[in-house]
Amino acid sequence: MEHRFLIHKRGDYVGVAVADIDAGERVVGIYMDDDAAIEVEAVDPVPLGHKIAVVEAGDGDPVLEYGIPIGRATGGFGVGSHVHTHNLRSARW
Amino acid sequence: MVAVEGYRREDGRAGVRNHVVVLPVDDLSNAACLSVGAQVPGTLPLPHAYGRLQYGEDLELHFRTLIGTGANPNVAAAIVVGIEPNWTARVAEGIAAAGKPVEAFSIEGRGDLETVRLASHAAQRLLQHASELRRVPVDLGELTISIKCGESDTTTGLASCPTVGVVVDELVDAGATVLFGETPELTGGEHLIAARCATDDLREQFMATYRRYVDGIEANGADLLGSQPTQGNIAGGLSTIEEKALGNIEKTGTKPVVGVLEPAAPPTNGAGLYFMDSSSAAAEHITLMCAGGAVVHIFPTGQGNVIGNPVEPVIKLTANPHTAATMVEHIDLDVSGLLRRELTLEAAGERLLDLVARTANGRLTCAETLGHREFVLTRLYQSA
Repeated sequence: MEHRFLIHKRGDYVGVAVADIDAGERVVGIYMDDDAAIEVEAVDPVPLGHKIAVVEAGDGDPVLEYGIPIGRATGGFGVGSHVHTHNLRSARW
Repeated sequence: MVAVEGYRREDGRAGVRNHVVVLPVDDLSNAACLSVGAQVPGTLPLPHAYGRLQYGEDLELHFRTLIGTGANPNVAAAIVVGIEPNWTARVAEGIAAAGKPVEAFSIEGRGDLETVRLASHAAQRLLQHASELRRVPVDLGELTISIKCGESDTTTGLASCPTVGVVVDELVDAGATVLFGETPELTGGEHLIAARCATDDLREQFMATYRRYVDGIEANGADLLGSQPTQGNIAGGLSTIEEKALGNIEKTGTKPVVGVLEPAAPPTNGAGLYFMDSSSAAAEHITLMCAGGAVVHIFPTGQGNVIGNPVEPVIKLTANPHTAATMVEHIDLDVSGLLRRELTLEAAGERLLDLVARTANGRLTCAETLGHREFVLTRLYQSA
């Protein structure tokens, strides 16, 4: 199955959609550091360039991308969720 | 590294364009400069909004930006026009220190029409002088290149910025000077840049510069939520400043940071990768880098920024397939194949380096063909 999202690093909470993903689709992502594949079921629609969760997060958890925190989960999210400003907030401002 | 043909300037630096600029010292002199440009097509007027009742560090930055722009190796000669003679002479003498022909005119006691007449005669002579300068062999590795991304989205951090990072590493290895900045937009990844500073002194200087910028924002009682990331960034999928910064930093490659520069200041520590204190607003940023001596700018974009600069060509690349398709007239290089994994990062880097070389040789960028000449001066504080 052709990949639909890419993940920067092992351990990241999110991947980035490289094509539009519909809710309910099973989609493959590729880890860019070791070319390993992962398959998840999208809970929400995720447009190209938006993030899909590959690890669940609880409220307040630091969310990793590039292996580095990009903010904190607000309210938490499950695997396959669209991760954006509604459930992720900067830890800086 | 890669042999190209450029212009060898009097101070030894190499440029890739051959402009005769008509540079106003202040906003009041824009009309005369535009008239000179109309009388002598082929010269490049650079109108801007400032230059009156500035003071202190803000005034120093104004002078440094104008002088650096006129002294840029992409400029063959300069006409300087100001309302009064003192500040006009200061800018003209600063440019002349680079060894290139400069003529200065002030308007008080003469009026616009007589100033335009005198300056147009000088502009004609300087344009004819410039037209006889020939391109000579130069190495891509001796150029000063600037980098900044804009209208970023997640595709910038995934693909177009890493492509630039590959080229930046190659350029630095070949002896080039590369300038990056965007001080507040390093937030969340500032520790990554600090870790790459070549010495402890530089690290302290970088962190002090970073903190001063961010403290300045907070001192205004503001935070950047809603501005950083921008609305365009958010539409493109970027959620936080940290995420934007990490994508941004990808384009700086992996080499040590050998200098921390004030805005518009030329590098003084030899070749290598330099951080310049600067806003992340594209037009301001590139204007400062150009004043610092950059002769080609590489600009990754996600959602599709249309930026150009009058003096240094701006090469734009995108990895966002929608942007590549819908904004084709603005995109010099499409690397969206990286997202589909049809293109390797190495191959994308080769394409970009080839495009930098062709641009240095005279190929017009999309922004140049469309007349994008954003020349925007940075202000540090209110006029007196």
